[in-house]
Amino acid sequence: MAPSNDFLRSKSSISLHVNGEPVEVSFASYKTLLEVLREDLQLTGTKHGCELGECGACAVLVDGRPVLSCLVLGLACQGRAVETVEGMASASGLHPLQKTFAELGAAQCGYCTPGFLLTAQALLDANPSPTFRQIQEALAGNICRCTGYIKIYEAVELAAARLRGEDASPRRETLYGTDFDDSGLLPVLDAGNGSRATSGSETAAVLRGQPDRKTENEKPDGREPR
Amino acid sequence: MSPPTRVVGRPYEKVDAAAKVTGQTRFADDLVLPRMLHCKLLRSRRTHAILRRVDVSRAAALPGVLAIATGRDLPIPFGILPVSQDEHALCLDRVRFVGDPISAVAALDEETANEALALIEVDYEDLPTIASIEQAVETPFPRIHDYGDRDNFHKLVSMEFGDVEEGFARAEKIYDDLFFYEGNTHLPLEQHAALADLGPDGKLTLWSSTQTPHYVHRALAKVLEMPAARIRVIATPNGGGFGGKSDPFNHEIVVAHLSRVTGRPVKICLTREEVFYCHRGRHPILMRARTGVRRDGSITAMHFQTVLDGGAYGSYGVASTYYSGALQTVTYPVPVYRFDGARVFTNKPPCGPKRGHGTPQPRFALEAQLDKIAVDLGFDPAAMRLSHLQPPSSITANFLRIGSMGLGACIEKVVAASGWKERRGRLPRGRGLGIACSSYICGAGLPIYWNAMPQSGVQLKLDRSGGVTVFCGSTDIGQGSDSVLAYVVAEVLGIDPFDIRVVTADTDLTPVDLGSYSSRVTLMTGNAALQAAERAREMLVAAAGEKLEIPGSRVALAEGRVFDVEDPDKGLSFVDAVIAAESKFGTIGTVGSYTPPPSAGRYRGAGVGPSPAYSYSAAVVEVDVDPATGIYTVPKIWIAHDVGKCINPVLVIGQVEGSVYMGLGEAMMEEMAYRDDVNGNVMHKAPSMLEYKSPTTLEMPEVVTLLVEDPDPNGPFGAKEVGQGPLLPIPPAVANAVFDAVGVRIDEIPVTPEKIARALKARAAGQPARVGPASFPTIPYPDAVRIPTPAEGGDGRARDLAATGAGGVRKADR
Repeated sequence: MAPSNDFLRSKSSISLHVNGEPVEVSFASYKTLLEVLREDLQLTGTKHGCELGECGACAVLVDGRPVLSCLVLGLACQGRAVETVEGMASASGLHPLQKTFAELGAAQCGYCTPGFLLTAQALLDANPSPTFRQIQEALAGNICRCTGYIKIYEAVELAAARLRGEDASPRRETLYGTDFDDSGLLPVLDAGNGSRATSGSETAAVLRGQPDRKTENEKPDGREPR
Repeated sequence: MSPPTRVVGRPYEKVDAAAKVTGQTRFADDLVLPRMLHCKLLRSRRTHAILRRVDVSRAAALPGVLAIATGRDLPIPFGILPVSQDEHALCLDRVRFVGDPISAVAALDEETANEALALIEVDYEDLPTIASIEQAVETPFPRIHDYGDRDNFHKLVSMEFGDVEEGFARAEKIYDDLFFYEGNTHLPLEQHAALADLGPDGKLTLWSSTQTPHYVHRALAKVLEMPAARIRVIATPNGGGFGGKSDPFNHEIVVAHLSRVTGRPVKICLTREEVFYCHRGRHPILMRARTGVRRDGSITAMHFQTVLDGGAYGSYGVASTYYSGALQTVTYPVPVYRFDGARVFTNKPPCGPKRGHGTPQPRFALEAQLDKIAVDLGFDPAAMRLSHLQPPSSITANFLRIGSMGLGACIEKVVAASGWKERRGRLPRGRGLGIACSSYICGAGLPIYWNAMPQSGVQLKLDRSGGVTVFCGSTDIGQGSDSVLAYVVAEVLGIDPFDIRVVTADTDLTPVDLGSYSSRVTLMTGNAALQAAERAREMLVAAAGEKLEIPGSRVALAEGRVFDVEDPDKGLSFVDAVIAAESKFGTIGTVGSYTPPPSAGRYRGAGVGPSPAYSYSAAVVEVDVDPATGIYTVPKIWIAHDVGKCINPVLVIGQVEGSVYMGLGEAMMEEMAYRDDVNGNVMHKAPSMLEYKSPTTLEMPEVVTLLVEDPDPNGPFGAKEVGQGPLLPIPPAVANAVFDAVGVRIDEIPVTPEKIARALKARAAGQPARVGPASFPTIPYPDAVRIPTPAEGGDGRARDLAATGAGGVRKADR
């Protein structure tokens, strides 16, 4: 027999810190931390993808450690410090991870992003110089269906470098793809491993000679995008 | 020459990036309205049954339940295609798969709604279950639907372009192979959600995680019998779509109905399990490819046959069927071509469009077969492909018009970058390289319902504040379509894209765009935005020229200024230029429209395949196979994609990498698998994200992305699609790499370790080193509609129209 409605609806109150602020919240006792955050505290930045601990979308930090908020009862959070995506940015701007996720397109649909950001933050808090493998392992519980994870790794590496105080910029191939030189989107000749030079398709010649902006492919003027 | 671009081609951030990384993006389930009710659906637990009785009286009596709906409340059918209006918001008298919705409850909270569902009594009378292609072919009765071409065939088509028998006669070898591609699903991270609100003015608003608000709008008007002008559909940012949110769905109609009944906002968010049952994902397809070639590897004729397992409803299935035969001709010349396609109904979740819609399956078959042909004829598979490329600015046997065609450059790049020539065949035992190529449409040439209106519209508003707002019906599903609108307008008006406000996907506020499907958005909305922006630019140029006392030809717009090209210090700020234009012309608003060029084919079925442009991709995949177990890893993938022109390279690379990832998941592990429950009902084997295996960070290999820019005259700034095409070469490249590594052919997707081990075992026992389908059922394909090819002097129509009564009617198939 399922628990009675009365139990389901009986409310509990807890005190905790959310994003550094003291909070008192009252909620139906069965609710998970995910539900308390989204429904009772209106912090909808934390997402749900499965509510079974399978996807990582609901990851938040509890006392600095990444947890899946769909597997934690709200009642278990009395006196804890919870950090959500809403708490990552400060008055002085975005967290370096938020900045690099935006810069590199590591957030496509953005639905898994809060979970990735907090999991990555926990990693970098504990290990400022993670290896590539350590980044992969730390993020292995978070599923992203848009990016193939590659821009996410690159964003974590770049943010880690900046958090270490390095003046780091995105790698050129991250922004423009491999095989393009500094003059912009112009193919580089092959380095001579026996293949034909990759100087663009022969077929492109057919369309050349159309002095239309639509076929414009010139060197950019060097202005930095933001 | 025109001046260099300042925004287009640059790796700008997306205009909504800041919202996404701060958790401020409002997805559908993040929306809350005062007095909002929660909706839950009762779904069928039987595979195929007549509904004898649905009794909601006990549920209705539960305190906190405000309304309950059943099929009788919403009897009008709907469906995405005009020819397949076979769904009901709630089942009327029959359920066709486990998961078919029967009843809906609106209650004060989710718990009460769930409790009410348990009180609804349903009496079923079971019908025989049809669970596979073979069963559907063999079981004419009972019919799952009482429409369709015959028996349990939803669609049967056959068309022959040119004299195929003659083409086979010219062949020096004919290859005849069977392939199977298992179904799989989109698995977006966000579960579908919708919120409906009937306002005090009697107008209805629906917020929904949909890729196609325009089609949802039409379905709501139809089923609710409300004037479309009183319905507003707002597509919220989609938390992943991949095609899975492009049908109008039961739950969207149900919450709209319940809001109308209760006068209160009603929200639903599907559970992950429900998302698996809503599906509309990749069709399982059984394929037979018969290809005639000459000794130089050129194709003389192809006869391609498909059978699609459609699941329980039509969805996009008629289009999917045609797509399974449409794009075989656009990569390598196929002078004569025959296609036979069939789609069957089965008692499983409905299949529909997933990234690549209907084309990854035949592409897998074609590219795997070409690999066999190259090996058999003694050619390097890359060199053989490179030697036989469909020419640019050409027309195919099935009347598809090719514009720019960068496949040659794509092949050259992946061959060079992967060290193909030096490494292939020389890697240690168990390691191998495979290559495959592909192409995809940049938007369907025809809309889903026949009409002569634009497929994409953009409105632009400028005012004296200097503010520019772009209005467009397009829907951002994470691919960056809002950003593309801003970049294109910013480029033309010479302003910062982050100064532009983008308003999209709102049927009240934005002109119609058909939606985010068929890789149409950058090309179509981009062209519409370009036209609207150029019209605004003309007004600014005229007004600024007058003010500066120079001819318009000397006026330039860049970096937030409008100035004299011959004396750049002489000019106006952008704001002052808009003030001058508003003073001269009055209120400033411009519009842009895009309609694709008419397709060359005029035969029945010619609506699927034509596109303003085609993107091209080539990929090399490296595998490392353990010959003892068949377990393999993919250490590295090289992919080149001809995108025409990057509107934003970092977003293009993101789409390439995401497509590679999704293609790899399909190739290695993802499958919609079913099981029987104790009562023989067909259940999803594992409707959870843990058990539906998809690649995690630990499976995702290094990907080297190489971009090819072969600008297409039909694309904005030459741009072509990138969101779907790069998925296509991955599954065949994996299968081809496995052959290179251990010498066995896996003619089935996914390529699982178990299949590799089985093939290795077969080879050791002296049997063919292959795992794949052994037979192809006898399908009652109709007599082929015969269409003379362009080379034969064909005009795009079917021959003997009067005699066969077929052909020439485009709209009938859409």
